Amino acid sequence: MSESKRPRWELTVLAYVVALIMFFPIFWMFITGFKSEADAVQLPPKLFFTPTLESLHEALSRSNYGGHFLNSLISAVGSSLLALLLSIPAAFSMAFYPTRRTHSTLLWIISTKMMPPVGVIIPVYLIFIRLQWLDNIWALMLMYTVMNMPVVIWTLYAYFRDLPNEMMEAARVDGANTFQELVNVLLPVSGPAIASAALLSIILAWNEAFWSLNLTNAQAQPLSVYVASFKTAEGLFWAKMSAASMIAILPVMVMGWLAQRQLVRGLTFGAIK
Amino acid sequence: MSQFHHSIRPFMKFQFTVAPNSNRRAMTTNLPRPRTRSSARGPNTLWLLGPAMLVLIVWTQVPFLLSIYYSFQRYNLLYPDRKGFVGLANFASLITDPIFRVSLIHTLVLVGSVLLVTVAVGLLLAVLFYQEFPGRALARTLVISPFFVMPVVSALVWKNMLMHPVYGLFAWIANSLGFKPVDWLAQYPMLSIILIVSWQWIPFAMLLTLTGLQSLSREQLEAAKIDGANAWQEFRYIIVPHLAQTLSVVIMLETIFLLTIFAEIYTTTSGGPGLETTTLPYLIYLKGFNDNNIGIASAGAVFAVILANLVAIFVLRLIGRNLQGARR
Repeated sequence: MSESKRPRWELTVLAYVVALIMFFPIFWMFITGFKSEADAVQLPPKLFFTPTLESLHEALSRSNYGGHFLNSLISAVGSSLLALLLSIPAAFSMAFYPTRRTHSTLLWIISTKMMPPVGVIIPVYLIFIRLQWLDNIWALMLMYTVMNMPVVIWTLYAYFRDLPNEMMEAARVDGANTFQELVNVLLPVSGPAIASAALLSIILAWNEAFWSLNLTNAQAQPLSVYVASFKTAEGLFWAKMSAASMIAILPVMVMGWLAQRQLVRGLTFGAIK
Repeated sequence: MSQFHHSIRPFMKFQFTVAPNSNRRAMTTNLPRPRTRSSARGPNTLWLLGPAMLVLIVWTQVPFLLSIYYSFQRYNLLYPDRKGFVGLANFASLITDPIFRVSLIHTLVLVGSVLLVTVAVGLLLAVLFYQEFPGRALARTLVISPFFVMPVVSALVWKNMLMHPVYGLFAWIANSLGFKPVDWLAQYPMLSIILIVSWQWIPFAMLLTLTGLQSLSREQLEAAKIDGANAWQEFRYIIVPHLAQTLSVVIMLETIFLLTIFAEIYTTTSGGPGLETTTLPYLIYLKGFNDNNIGIASAGAVFAVILANLVAIFVLRLIGRNLQGARR
């Protein structure tokens, strides 16, 4: 017993080495964000340098960074709230009042997540032109709402399904109607599920770059599109690029760290338990 | 209009029957608990489920039906008046276009290679992180971090800071070891993209595999050890078979997501040099947004959906089976 609990030290060291290698590009970007442009491209690469906030300041002030950040916030958080608003009742009804069709409905909902975006980009683009929705952050938010609803519905459903049915029955005996069951009985105990669904949905929307690249161009650009503009020669201003990227990924990476467990359930729709 | 309806029918059927088909068998084998619940007191739940379903149906099915419709039309945004039904001409010109074939091969190479790398490395890392050691949570968090970095940023960091032929870290390492630096994205563009995408997806494969591993009882491993199994035998005859379903889920889900890779290519190579990294999604993007050729782009889109659905059918079948099993 005790032998298997204590792993060989070589394997532990190996695990740490692998962890550092995998994390290195992120680490490298983080410290480059605190260098001056001159220090950033120094060869041999400088691990020790005088940290400066100059590049960070440059990145934030030379562009409409605040605007892009706000766009990311609106599209990611807004779409998650809207997705929750639509998904909570749907998941509630499928978990507590299933019908003969619930099973296939659920699978159909999941199947929409497997539709490649590129399969519908052309019509969506044309519809957006017609409605004058191009470069409109609220329209992008709607797009993300639909994109994330399958994951949100599934995450909530999986949690609701495991709640005891007696909860609802007790409320019903007390004369609660369906709406009261949902608001007074279900919501108070669903905090963790709602939080993890929201977390997942925000992460996916924040990092999304196919819809945002194709449906926005100036006003509505979220951070993903702004950062992509460094693909030109601008990208050689490493310190500025790193500083801009750092702030773009930090909030969501922290959320990802917190949502590690829910991630597996949410992204595999329960195929792995 | 009538020929349009006829022509889409096979596709519609394909699209819509995925879910019902995959669970019909499960439904008959396992009497679902729901029936008793709903028949006893079945309030009308349409107002709960309706809004979500309406939004999903309108936003996913209408554009897809339009994709199918446009794929049978001659439609170039630059010549909007020369619009009209052309039958299978768009598909014919797409299939005979050598670029299409090339992009298809690139797509398969990219998806296949990334799958191979991520599943193999993910499996090894999962086994490595299955054991308990001090600081495991921290190390695991570091390993999975790349998955949370937005694809655009990963692509930029790799392209500019690691793979740059003069200032990049790889070039510096090559120089200091006395090798000639490699201009990664120019000389080995596809390999470079495979590397970048694998870096992003290894955490996904590892995290899922680790979750699968954790359902393996440690007693089983102990028993094997007592029977004199060495580490390799343990891995080959206990761990791998136990993970068969987990690995198939990883492979299928990754395939679906990898088939849509776009931002990494857009940011690093823009499909080049030449067409060397043009994949199916990128080709559709080029046809639609560079050539303004809605008809051809839509034909490509229909093709992409069929490709994804071929995999999705199997995933949904698996999910459906587990869904049923979970009901008590």
